[in-house]
Amino acid sequence: MASLVGSRVERKEDKRFLTGKGRYTADINLANQTYAIFVRSPHARASIKKLNIDKALKSSGVVSILTGKEIADDKIGGLIAGWAIRSEDGTEMKCPGNPPLAKDNVNFVGDPVAVVIAESLAEAKEAAEKVEVDYKVLKAVTSTADAMNGDTIHEGIDKNLCFDWLLGDRQKVKEAFDKADKVISIDIINNRLIPNAMEPRACVADYNAASEEITLYTTSQNPHLSRLIMSAFGNVAPEHKLRVVAPDVGGGFGSKINVYNEDIVCSWAAKKINRAIKWVAERSESFLTDIHGRDHVTHAELAVTKDGKFLGFKNETIANLGAYARVFGTVTPTYLFGPCATGVYEIPAAYTNVKAVYTNTAPVDAYRGAGRPEATYTIERLVEKASMELGIDKTELRIKNFPTAFPFKQTLVHTVDSGDYVAGMEKAKQMADYKGFEARRKESEAKGKLRGIGVTSYFEACGIAPSAAVMSLGCGVGLWESAEVRFNPTGQVTVYTGSHSHGQSHQTTFAQIAADELGVPIENIDIVHGDTDKGTFGMGTYGSRSLAVGGIAIVNACKKIVEKGKRVTAKMLEANPEDVEFKDGEFIVSKSNKKKTIGEVAFACYLPGVRDEMKSPLPEGDEPGLKETSFYDPSNFSFPAGTHIAEVEIDPETGHVKLEKYTACDDFGRIINPMVVEGQVHGGLAQGIGQALYENAEYDETGQLMTGSYMDYTMPRADNFPEFNIGYTCTHATTNPLGVKGCGEAGAIAAPPTVMNAVIDALGGQEVTMPATAEKVWKACKNLKKSNAKAA
Amino acid sequence: MKDFNYHSAKDSKEASKLASSSSAFLAGGMTTIPSMKLGLATYKDLIDIKNIKKLSGIKVSGKSVTIGAATKHVEVSNSKDVKKAIPSLSSLAEGIGDPQVRNRGTIGGSIANNDPSADYPSACIALNATIHTNERKIEAAKFFKGMFETALKKGELIEAIEFQIPEKSSYQKHPNPASRYAIVGVYVAKHKGDVNVAVTGAKSCVYNDKEMSKALSGNFSSSSIDGMDLDSSEMNTDMHASAEFRASLVVTQAKKAVDAC
Ligand SMILES: Cc1cc2nc3c(=O)[nH]c(=O)nc-3n(C[C@H](O)[C@H](O)[C@H](O)COP(=O)(O)OP(=O)(O)OC[C@H]3O[C@@H](n4cnc5c(N)ncnc54)[C@H](O)[C@@H]3O)c2cc1C
Repeated sequence: MASLVGSRVERKEDKRFLTGKGRYTADINLANQTYAIFVRSPHARASIKKLNIDKALKSSGVVSILTGKEIADDKIGGLIAGWAIRSEDGTEMKCPGNPPLAKDNVNFVGDPVAVVIAESLAEAKEAAEKVEVDYKVLKAVTSTADAMNGDTIHEGIDKNLCFDWLLGDRQKVKEAFDKADKVISIDIINNRLIPNAMEPRACVADYNAASEEITLYTTSQNPHLSRLIMSAFGNVAPEHKLRVVAPDVGGGFGSKINVYNEDIVCSWAAKKINRAIKWVAERSESFLTDIHGRDHVTHAELAVTKDGKFLGFKNETIANLGAYARVFGTVTPTYLFGPCATGVYEIPAAYTNVKAVYTNTAPVDAYRGAGRPEATYTIERLVEKASMELGIDKTELRIKNFPTAFPFKQTLVHTVDSGDYVAGMEKAKQMADYKGFEARRKESEAKGKLRGIGVTSYFEACGIAPSAAVMSLGCGVGLWESAEVRFNPTGQVTVYTGSHSHGQSHQTTFAQIAADELGVPIENIDIVHGDTDKGTFGMGTYGSRSLAVGGIAIVNACKKIVEKGKRVTAKMLEANPEDVEFKDGEFIVSKSNKKKTIGEVAFACYLPGVRDEMKSPLPEGDEPGLKETSFYDPSNFSFPAGTHIAEVEIDPETGHVKLEKYTACDDFGRIINPMVVEGQVHGGLAQGIGQALYENAEYDETGQLMTGSYMDYTMPRADNFPEFNIGYTCTHATTNPLGVKGCGEAGAIAAPPTVMNAVIDALGGQEVTMPATAEKVWKACKNLKKSNAKAA
Repeated sequence: MKDFNYHSAKDSKEASKLASSSSAFLAGGMTTIPSMKLGLATYKDLIDIKNIKKLSGIKVSGKSVTIGAATKHVEVSNSKDVKKAIPSLSSLAEGIGDPQVRNRGTIGGSIANNDPSADYPSACIALNATIHTNERKIEAAKFFKGMFETALKKGELIEAIEFQIPEKSSYQKHPNPASRYAIVGVYVAKHKGDVNVAVTGAKSCVYNDKEMSKALSGNFSSSSIDGMDLDSSEMNTDMHASAEFRASLVVTQAKKAVDAC
């Protein structure tokens, strides 16, 4: 049987998606269901003086209206930050309460204050307009850079500062800088983004009065985690009386990790009114209330010798948390950011200091890449600037500072098990025809255009992560993953995974893995996820962890099946278990060449007996059935790496940036399905290039979201991109049995600095902030013309 | 969206008879429906005009191209006749919004709405269009009155738009990257006697730039407008482009248009 791992197996999920048979949360309709509309604050910061629902209650079709008061009366808990961060001075981070319905204060536009539940959606909307809220509007704090000087948003949280965190050694860095020939410094902004999953958030909550169980269908990347949080912190129901189902989910990018206000409110309210409640976000609600991403203001410095050796690195960052700290809100700008900020380089001394601030904007949390795009942008913009200031070729300068021996002990936290950064760089240069660039630049010049080339070498830490390690750093949970493999009596296999697929093709890649491990045709393998009543507890999908953690759990569970199969075969064929080998779905006794198929063994496990004989195929100590579980806790993160190269052409008259070429050469370790990986890379690149050239979430000074629809928020479209030139180098991860590394976020991590380095190269080194919109670039072109004229 | 009455008119007469101060015509619905959904507009009656046969279709004569008001953008962009007579008009239609919008949005709806960044108004000005309504004929120059404002009276229905075929023409749009409406769009048309330089997106309403028209009427070459410093005081500023940038784009897009003619 040919191995399926490594081949472009067509996606099993495509048939249902392409024929409109996907079953998303909004497709679920329950008998006698009601509809919820949330009344949201139109102000960024206000106190609630009075909330009057009398008129709204009389509106037709209204079933119930609930507010922050009832939430408080019922002792329903609030939303939480899942990772405790300690400040440099040893104090714990400061987090405000975040009730699911605001009672006294609202802190961003979209903060919900009441829920209206009615017989129809139209009636719920109509009644919601009649809820009267009397706000005392307060001065909003919206700017990341100035947040610490603004009015105090949350009582008792001085300077709006959640924490002031340090990773690294300031003294050692000072010493390194003292020795430097040159210090390169940079001020950058990592622009705020809105994740924009294709499917808006939604939930349907149901209460079964007989079993006293709440079922919540919701758009989640991690249903078990949601259940845990809603039980332990939300006080909605004990875990065994709460079932969370995340059916087909149309994209998450991190925005569906969090338990949201609506999940808690609808679950709690469904029990209260003893009827099902359905809520589906409108796109404008998604813009306002989905978590946002990035939003850093950074000053960074790199100390170098004159021949280009890196000596030290400083990173001073202010990170915007938005109005509240959410699940991965505090770890994203710290442990997911700081360690990676020294990039793929050997830098003897480094530190990252992050001040995380509250503002009256939507909460900011993990968005594709989470911390690592910000880190990579910081170091790679800095290195590019160093190459300009030192006059050393940008690829040479990078290679000069690459580690060459693995495991590589990175400056701040990680020990990188494997990689070959030089090979990645060389291959990328070849793929991009780096040598031919000058000729292409001249061609562009002849047309009156400016051409630039940009490079990024990145590594990132994903596949989160070893439980003991992350919990020691403040994580509220361990980040292992579970799998359960149920071999059915008639030979098909159902694999339950704690990961969740919302676009990652698990149904296919995980089946490929199980098919190879068990020697069962892929058609006979089903991957099941997303229902707390079906599989064992799992941690879900984010941080490019599904394969490197969840996939390994599947491998391990399969291996346990095979081990049992060997014991059973030995008993059946009267051989020693040590003499039984397993290959391509068959157990073979090496000495006698007698064999049993895995199907026969499974059948025997479930029907352990024969007619007219008192005989069991099961060895002593083995129970009937064939089902194994694995909880896999990785020993390390996984460390994908690579080099990306972009080329842009700029029209100086209009400031239009055309991305001409994009080359990505990544090392993801072993690749299970190249087609799926390409899809992940393409998607990541689209979002990364989107950040560099198009996307920006903008608030005005009163805290109104200016980019609250697709008329103003530029989602990139297919015609914004060139054909992507994708290639790989492959060094297997040594820390997991498949040798795999995460691939889901690499594009979004590497693309922003790659594209911006190209834009800035074309502009003769002039800084522009992301997104490099036409007007910014046009202005820079005008300056360039002026300074060229002066020089001439 | 609030409840409304839906009417399907079978001819212009019925459509205008149904019209009132709380009604709107429903052509492509690409503006009307979203504004109703967002609560920005409420109507008691929507009068569907798509089934009025007379309002759809394209006729080309020696001198002009006449397009029925309910003709969809996709029909204009795909029309071989338009491509032959006024290729720039067909490419303008092809550059509106996205396929979904082009498959529903209509030329009549676009000019009746007179969005300051819509594309078609510039074509009307540049191509000396005549707007045929159920009551009269209106010259384009007198039709576009201001932001979202036209010469149409309540209940007056556009039936067709008649464009004069120019010697040469080109439309060059610098699109808003998000919506793809025009940040600035410039339609240059060279007619026998003179040149029109119609500008959309830059100000509160489409206009014919007299300065550039004059320069180009004298010498139809992009060099005659190169470096022209336009007054930006009346130009729009928003988060996508400042007035100063728009002023520069008007010249740049005009030059591109002349070069493309
Ligand atoms: C996402 C999106 C992107 C877009 N991008 C662009 C773009 O890039 N460029 C651009 O120019 N436009 C753009 N548009 C606008 C679109 O092309 C339509 O032209 C516009 O929405 C109006 O046309 P309609 O047929 O949909 O009119 P409707 O929405 O049906 O009607 C609009 C208004 O016109 C009135 N009306 C309609 N027909 C007549 C008539 N025959 N006589 C009198 N009054 C009439 C109606 O009463 C109503 O008030 C975009 C729209 C959307 C939704």
